[in-house]
Amino acid sequence: MRDTTSAAPHTSATPLLQTVGLTKRYGSFLANDKIDLDVWPQQIHALLGENGAGKSTLVKAIYGLVQPSEGELRWEGQTMVLSGPSQARARGIGMVFQHFSLFDNLTVAENVALGLDGKESFKEMSARLEQVSRSYGLPLDPKREVWQLSVGERQRIEIVRALMQNPKFLILDEPTAVLTPQEADQLFVVLERLKSEGRAILYISHKLEEVKRLCDTATILRGGKKVSTCNPKAETAASLARMMVGTEIKEVKPAASREITVPRLVINDLNLDPDDAHGVHLKGISLELRGGEILGIAGVAGNGQDELFAALSGERLARDPGTIVIEGIAAGHLSISRRRKLGAAFVPEERLGHGTAPRMRLSENALLTGHAAGNMVQHGFVNTAATLNAVDRATETFDVRKAKRDPEAASLSGGNLQKFIVGREILRNPAVLVVSQPTWGVDAGAAAVIRQALLDLAAAGAAVLVTSQDLDELIEISDRIAVMFHGRLSASLPTASASREKLGLLMGGSSLETKEQAHAADT
Amino acid sequence: MELTEAIILSVLAASTPLLLAATGELVAERSGVLNLGVEGMMIVGAACGFGGAWLTGSIIIGALCGMFAGVLMSLLFAAMALGLAVNQVATGLALTIFGVGLSGLIGARFVGERITPAPHLHIPYVSDIPLIGRVLFGEDGFVYLSLALVVAVWWFLYRMRAGLILRACGDNHVSAHALGYPVLKIRMYAVMFGGACAGLAGAYLPLAYTPFFIPGMTAGRGWIALALTVFASWLPGRLVIGAYLFGAVTILQLHAQGAGIGIPSQFMSSLPYLATVIVLVLLSRARTGGSTAPAALGTVFVPDR
Repeated sequence: MRDTTSAAPHTSATPLLQTVGLTKRYGSFLANDKIDLDVWPQQIHALLGENGAGKSTLVKAIYGLVQPSEGELRWEGQTMVLSGPSQARARGIGMVFQHFSLFDNLTVAENVALGLDGKESFKEMSARLEQVSRSYGLPLDPKREVWQLSVGERQRIEIVRALMQNPKFLILDEPTAVLTPQEADQLFVVLERLKSEGRAILYISHKLEEVKRLCDTATILRGGKKVSTCNPKAETAASLARMMVGTEIKEVKPAASREITVPRLVINDLNLDPDDAHGVHLKGISLELRGGEILGIAGVAGNGQDELFAALSGERLARDPGTIVIEGIAAGHLSISRRRKLGAAFVPEERLGHGTAPRMRLSENALLTGHAAGNMVQHGFVNTAATLNAVDRATETFDVRKAKRDPEAASLSGGNLQKFIVGREILRNPAVLVVSQPTWGVDAGAAAVIRQALLDLAAAGAAVLVTSQDLDELIEISDRIAVMFHGRLSASLPTASASREKLGLLMGGSSLETKEQAHAADT
Repeated sequence: MELTEAIILSVLAASTPLLLAATGELVAERSGVLNLGVEGMMIVGAACGFGGAWLTGSIIIGALCGMFAGVLMSLLFAAMALGLAVNQVATGLALTIFGVGLSGLIGARFVGERITPAPHLHIPYVSDIPLIGRVLFGEDGFVYLSLALVVAVWWFLYRMRAGLILRACGDNHVSAHALGYPVLKIRMYAVMFGGACAGLAGAYLPLAYTPFFIPGMTAGRGWIALALTVFASWLPGRLVIGAYLFGAVTILQLHAQGAGIGIPSQFMSSLPYLATVIVLVLLSRARTGGSTAPAALGTVFVPDR
């Protein structure tokens, strides 16, 4: 693969799929602006871009889910108009969605049947499902209901469902975002095989190393426009990132030296039952986090991270007060406000609805977490000037871009709102900051600002606990990394000695013995 | 013997409107729409059903009028809750209030009139077998129709592709839309089916249960039907058990009062609701995971195009 021409080598005369000047408008907003894309058979074509660059809109148009405002689609050289996904499927276009389009309370076989066009009987379909899933090494039990399955298994359903249509063209929307590194490797084997069978794959991702490894061609979108089509193997991750963002991204720099001080957050053998049927039992979680330290918690989503956050923030109370100790005070039974008064601050994963009230102004949202400590409430009255002041400080320090001084939370873009939420908490000078998925769905520029802020906070002496599914992020900012699996937390590894392979194994739960040994070694 | 037979017969008659209305509501809820307007659709169905039968002298035309009225009412709901994405609870409640008023208006001129009630099946000899003869082979047509409807709905939901798609819309409308299914259209049909069933259930009251129309004669049966779908945890089979259980409680309460048993009637009439609450608690305790209710129930869906 030493060919570095901009288009990958191909055998056929016409591209399998072309978009010609494809434009999609939502009101005055241009989601796609005259995009030309050629995808050839036997090619894995990457579609790169930041959130909001227009990738999803483009693939939705190719799959018939949205109608282009201008421009056209061509299939094997012929103009193609799709009025819905079933027409796309009939041509041989398959799609694996980022947010799985699965039905939790239906069985695997029923889910697959819904994605097909129902020309065969349910029994024939089930038989073919078993055969396809076996031949591609993607084992599935057709009779199980989806809610019982892991994220990796759910994705398998999506892929098998797409493969059962025997597609010529397969779209995958960020398929590895929720997978462990090992699961991702298994997926790549399947994709290589599909390619060798002569199919074309359009692969959306923002994991650049992965794209360099897997893809033959990459098309980069920025702000709804096509920036370039290139050979990713001839580019570096940094040059791809530059094309995606348009400017250089600031490197995140840890302080030269940080003083590790007293334990600020201690968890002693925390056990917690789930509060709903789909929840996870927290089992025997222990950790000690000192001032000046950043501890990263890795793990595939749904392994107890949400439950741990709820227990730490006080949204759910622990039975024994001593299981959670904040600044030396047993806090397991304390309310959220009492914990805030002890110097703790919390940033949940969900920005809208959990982190902020979407239809309330930023100043009101500042009050919602700031009322317990500080001067925002005096004698039971809201000090409006103080809340506005908090908004202004967060805006200035963290470069929050917004249309007016005090807009509704929902009107901000994801990255700017996240900067505001993180800023709101950091400006309260917390001794302990618990933050979940700090840069989930945030553009690279804002992510760098947020990561730098967390590093600076630790350098100022605070203890920071970061939960993230992005291993690269954790490796970049944390001092130690622990892994959550099935409600248990592994012993933490110093980041320097935590290889991706080791963490990946822990995330897949395959080395709980190692964890046990590590525990034994600790004590 | 005579009394037992009479009680069983009256239980079946009291249960049939509940079963009919609840079957329709079950289909609507399985598609993800919570239509609290059952009571309103029933009472309009009762007024129009009686009117149709009184004017034409035909029970069948009366029943069809009731169904048609129920469908029209449900279309009003669908236009609001599906077309304009208005909150389903508010729309359903409004539909009930509207229906109660409308039925009084339509039915005003029928009050005091009488019709010949729906005939009961009679098979010579077979229907004359003591006890089971009249219970099994001597009912009016609606009783058999309601049971056939439950079987048909079960078959539709679990054996037909269209039923699978309908359940999928109720489980996750975003996914169903992403796969290319017309969620709102499917829900509209489900709501219309619910309306037809509620209208028929309402019409059953003046056509077979009591041969005259009085305003407000549904007397809360629509609400019991709603409770019944929850009680049955959205399973057609359990709906039959639930409907006959609720029907039995209603009838036994009357007999208990007649026999002078000193339990307040208000307590007895609250029993169906109490039973629903208890069943809900037991179900959620026994559940190991997954959700018994359609996951998208009552949520508004606006497709992006």
